[in-house]
Amino acid sequence: MNWNSWSDFFAMGGYALYVWGSVLMTVILVAGEVIAVRMRRNTVMKLYGRWVRSNRRESNENEA
Amino acid sequence: MSTVNQTFASRAESSGSGFFKYASPQTFFPLAGKMIPWFATAAVIFTIVGLYIGFAVAPTDHQQGESYRIIFIHVPAAWMSMFIYLVMAFWSVVGLTLNTRLSSMMATALAPTGAMFTFLALWTGALWGKPTWGTWWVWDARLTSELILLFLYIGFMALQASIDDARRADKAGAVLALVGVVNIPIIYFSVQWWNTLHQGSSVSLTKAPSMAMTMLLGMLIMALASWAYTIAVALCRVRCIMLEREKHTDWVKDYVEKNT
Repeated sequence: MNWNSWSDFFAMGGYALYVWGSVLMTVILVAGEVIAVRMRRNTVMKLYGRWVRSNRRESNENEA
Repeated sequence: MSTVNQTFASRAESSGSGFFKYASPQTFFPLAGKMIPWFATAAVIFTIVGLYIGFAVAPTDHQQGESYRIIFIHVPAAWMSMFIYLVMAFWSVVGLTLNTRLSSMMATALAPTGAMFTFLALWTGALWGKPTWGTWWVWDARLTSELILLFLYIGFMALQASIDDARRADKAGAVLALVGVVNIPIIYFSVQWWNTLHQGSSVSLTKAPSMAMTMLLGMLIMALASWAYTIAVALCRVRCIMLEREKHTDWVKDYVEKNT
């Protein structure tokens, strides 16, 4: 093990800004991308769900 | 496109046998849906193992101290930035020549992830350059060509977003992706062709690695993690694109109705 304590680990031998800056940006971008794709899917499903149901209702009314 | 190509593609997409069966969005959609959890799980596991090796097991570098640990993000991100572009260009060629819609959708789905990894490679590179080279940025061949790669990804996405007709957008994007592919060997060989501040590759297929085994292992596992992540997120995105573009087809209506 390279680290004696957690604070030792977070200090990264004096390179905390550079190492954690890299890790933080990676976390932000990856999480952002995953959330963006999820939101895109939810929007599509919500929008088309409404559209499909209203179309179905109309065609049912026309048949009746 | 010639009529031969069109009949070929439409036949392949409508009836479908063998490999071409999965060239149709309708058959690929559920398959992609089944694959996503596997790749997502693999990505999470590889990331945990890779980060553990990289940040807990791998020894301190005797020259760079702890700052070298950026390698576990920087190198996989840089590899993916180039590799995703090649895959994107490949699907673009397939889309152009065989006129298969799904290939073009795959190219479109990969672009944002490629751009993300390119940005990450540049960002982590800058944060690594400051303590080791004394500067955030230099206009050397490796860094400049990687920046051009970011512009190519952004250009690809902007071009496709600016064209309303999806099939025309596919073709315009494909041409741009193809022209830009010349940049990939330039990035890759830049450290050999020119005098760069950026070091040569530390991993080679022909020579013994110039780094500790645990460092190499951590880096390779992080590379596997980024592969799995890219596949999972690109499949998610291509499924969104399929739903958006095929919204007037019966299979999308059935799927949406069952899942809302």
